[in-house]
Amino acid sequence: MNTRKFVVPDLTRRDFLKTTSTLAAAAALVPGVFAANDETLKVALIGCGGRGSGAADQALSTAGPLKLVAMGDVFKDRLESSYNNLKERHADRVDVPEENKFVGFDAYQKAIALADVVILATPPGFRPPHFEEAVRQGKHIFMEKPVAVDGTGVRKVLAACEEAKKKNLKVAVGLQRHHQKGYLETLQRLHDGAIGDVVAMRCYWNDAGVWVHPRKELEQQAGRPLTEMEYQMHNWYYFVWLCGDHINEQHIHNLDVINWVKKGHPVRAWGMGGREVRKGLDHGEIFDHHAVEFEYADGSRCSSQCRHIPNCWSNVSEHVQGTKGLCDVSGHRITGPNAWRFSGGGKDPYQQEHDDLFAAIRNDTPYNETAEYGAYSTMTAILGRLATYSGKEITWDEAINSPLDSMPKVLGWDAETPTKPNAEGRYPVAIPGVTKVL
Amino acid sequence: MPALNMRSLPRCAALALSSVTALAAVSVTANPVDFATEVKPILEMNCLSCHNPQHAEENGKYRLDTKEEAFKPHKKDQRIVPGKPDESQVYFLTALPPGDEAHMPPTKMKPPLAKEETEKIRQWIAEGAAWPAGLTLTNVMKTDFVRDIEPIFERGAPIPDKAKDTLHLWLAQGASWPAGVTFPAPKVEGAAAAAAGQVDFVKDVVPILAQGGPLSAAAKQTLGQWVEQGANWPAGVKLGPAKGGAQAKDMALVEEIYRQIIAATKEKAEAEMKAYTNTIPGTAVTYTMIPVPSGQFVMGSPATEAHRNEDEGPQHEVKIEAFWMEQCSVTWNEYELFMYPDESKPAPPTAGTTNYTSQYADAVTRPSKPYVEMSFGMGKDGYPAISMTQHACNTYCQWLSAKTGHFYRLPTEAEWEYACRAGTTTAYFFGDDPAKLGEYAWYADNSDFKYQKVGKKKPNPWGLYDMLGNVDQWTLDQYDPNYYKQFKEIVTEPWNKATKPYPHTVRGGSWQDDADKLRAACRRGSSLDWKMQDPQLPKSIWYLTDAQFVGFRIIRPVKVPSAEEMYKYWHSGVEKD
Repeated sequence: MNTRKFVVPDLTRRDFLKTTSTLAAAAALVPGVFAANDETLKVALIGCGGRGSGAADQALSTAGPLKLVAMGDVFKDRLESSYNNLKERHADRVDVPEENKFVGFDAYQKAIALADVVILATPPGFRPPHFEEAVRQGKHIFMEKPVAVDGTGVRKVLAACEEAKKKNLKVAVGLQRHHQKGYLETLQRLHDGAIGDVVAMRCYWNDAGVWVHPRKELEQQAGRPLTEMEYQMHNWYYFVWLCGDHINEQHIHNLDVINWVKKGHPVRAWGMGGREVRKGLDHGEIFDHHAVEFEYADGSRCSSQCRHIPNCWSNVSEHVQGTKGLCDVSGHRITGPNAWRFSGGGKDPYQQEHDDLFAAIRNDTPYNETAEYGAYSTMTAILGRLATYSGKEITWDEAINSPLDSMPKVLGWDAETPTKPNAEGRYPVAIPGVTKVL
Repeated sequence: MPALNMRSLPRCAALALSSVTALAAVSVTANPVDFATEVKPILEMNCLSCHNPQHAEENGKYRLDTKEEAFKPHKKDQRIVPGKPDESQVYFLTALPPGDEAHMPPTKMKPPLAKEETEKIRQWIAEGAAWPAGLTLTNVMKTDFVRDIEPIFERGAPIPDKAKDTLHLWLAQGASWPAGVTFPAPKVEGAAAAAAGQVDFVKDVVPILAQGGPLSAAAKQTLGQWVEQGANWPAGVKLGPAKGGAQAKDMALVEEIYRQIIAATKEKAEAEMKAYTNTIPGTAVTYTMIPVPSGQFVMGSPATEAHRNEDEGPQHEVKIEAFWMEQCSVTWNEYELFMYPDESKPAPPTAGTTNYTSQYADAVTRPSKPYVEMSFGMGKDGYPAISMTQHACNTYCQWLSAKTGHFYRLPTEAEWEYACRAGTTTAYFFGDDPAKLGEYAWYADNSDFKYQKVGKKKPNPWGLYDMLGNVDQWTLDQYDPNYYKQFKEIVTEPWNKATKPYPHTVRGGSWQDDADKLRAACRRGSSLDWKMQDPQLPKSIWYLTDAQFVGFRIIRPVKVPSAEEMYKYWHSGVEKD
């Protein structure tokens, strides 16, 4: 067992906030910030929605001593209900006094400061600045997918990722298929050549769509009109600056598997999409369907579809064709000369991804999923969106180097939102052939 | 009783004044109107959520937080004119008929003020609109007993600070408690008595909670002191769930549905039962119900049966009343009407459709949207719905009952086995030899690793399809491997009512299973693993991420039960994990 420890100077929180920059400089100099097996790890949760709470639950279910010590969210009620749910399940491991519950757009900085490991689970638009801050403060990180909503965000994440490696920080990204036994065994076989060279790929996330928080209901609950920023933050799925469209928020899982099979990312894409059915006042600006063809460096292509429309053909899966057979990747099944079928087993991948991260932290083994999976798969999904929004062929290099920045310059409940409704309450929606996306 | 300690009162600064007076001066109502105790709470609860410094700009540029702002006219608008209520918007806009475009508060935001409240404002302005110097108003939530207070008492010790604030606010707002809501008094053993000068929870507070509302002035006083002293709740003292609270609302809905069912039910006796096909009102989707006659059968399997499990015995005689059972498992076509209320498109009524208004169906809670694609790519149109919790099935039954005027529910385990056996006594309803299973069922040997469309194999002797295989079928019963052991003589309509969320019994086996799991007597209990991969906390009460083998079918007993019994059937599960 490695007994090397990084001793955090004994400062009060107030001192700490005053001296963050000094401390960050100090953290940059030490080779490793990690915990021995018996050290109590302090965890902070940033983004206390259903998924953030779930991730905290899984973190608190890993082996070894640890405590949830701080929480941050923009909405006090979400934070409180998350706290109550976690406290109920992990009474001994949740130790978040009132003063460590931070509410507001700057909550993340304060919560991160108190922890050894941080969980970043806000809407994806905030991921780049939150990841940057966590790396700056020298913390181990679990962050949910996707990790950005545009090329500028991805570049920030990649730059911070280099910093994280220098500081020996462990970074996990919530693409749990990488921790799912069926996928791991299937990918092992594909990479061992079970179906020869992979020449064609296809993947889908076609389903009925997700939750909507109508403005009217939100205002009734609040008993007052919401500011535009409040509304968009509540109903975040439907705004590109927060969500990146559903191709980014959900379909990333399938595109990520294809990248994993190909051990790389696409070099260009073209496609089509729009909104046919889901186009009410509370459906913001995102499309309800995208169909994209991605080309990889070896010339092979992936046909991808994602749709949020009820009563249509539903399917969430990945399939690849090789020179010597077929593989239903999501079904963990190979047909052809090397026919094979996964025999089952394995742990809940959402739990496994936390087990793996915390084991790496405690044993100080290299662990960084940012670049390979997180950032590149996010960028793949964004590339797809740029192709459908513009109707044009878009290359990877154009997309990742685009100076476009979706985030508002100022954050606050009265701050200006990147997109605003017209008099009728509708938001501008991308028009293929007209909309500029780079 | 100890004296109320005024200095300790202000937990929230905003509440301090109104709390003191509401608690201490319950009887003061005489003229003149006192702003701080009588008008301020009305304005704070009804107006300040919009007319505050942060939101005034988009709300008529009007703030009501300070005297200076509240009295300041804006262009021609006179907000408060001392002595002249009819020229003061703060009075006359609230007194407009509700629904008037200019009515305050806006009708879509909040309910209108009560008559006494508008009258209080009128009187205050008429008397000169005195507003004590320096007194400021803030937005105050209006507490609701069922929503805010009942859960605090149900949850019990320890009371979090936030809940103490809510209790405080509720007391300050008059501590309204709807009649009929009570908390069963607990058995208290060894709870330490409160120190001198303190309210004793067990002696003083529990009787108030057990008595229920409306509260007397003395009861309000006691509760007020208890909250002030820290709302201490001795560990280990637990109240039962409230009687008549949130549950009462559900019950009221069930009673409405019950009345509708009684009015609509034509078949009163078994002899009148026929197979029928019904169209779900407002859609083109149909389902078919097959009569299952009343009778007696031997439940469980003999010790000699191949692959028998211990929980299938001892065999015992069971009597069953007549019911209809759905011919096939509930399909996605049916289930998605319930899952996606916003998207289900109303179709013109078709001939033979029962002519129901579905106002009660609309009042039934509907599932949240799933995050995962719940058919897992195995197909929707004509395929069995899967991956739903037992709670979701019960709610589906309630919804369909409200929609159609027939009483539907899940079968008990005994009803299921009776219908499956259809008078037979062998391991499968066609005999003991699994070699013929492929003619009747989809299972591991022929399913191609997925479920198949319903109704494509041969039915059982009573005309029910896919009773074995394809998808497992939810029952009402809690799974207990020893449940049969208690039955020494003939038992009528047994139902092992659930007391915990897991396990519940599913029956019939599925596309994943080998032949032995498809035997009529074979039982399986649900487990928390069935939603293992739900990444959210709390996990969904509607969906199972890891049970692609579970579906259900509905039954309709010919004898319509009472509203209380309906409530029990539709709330048979334990909703939360």
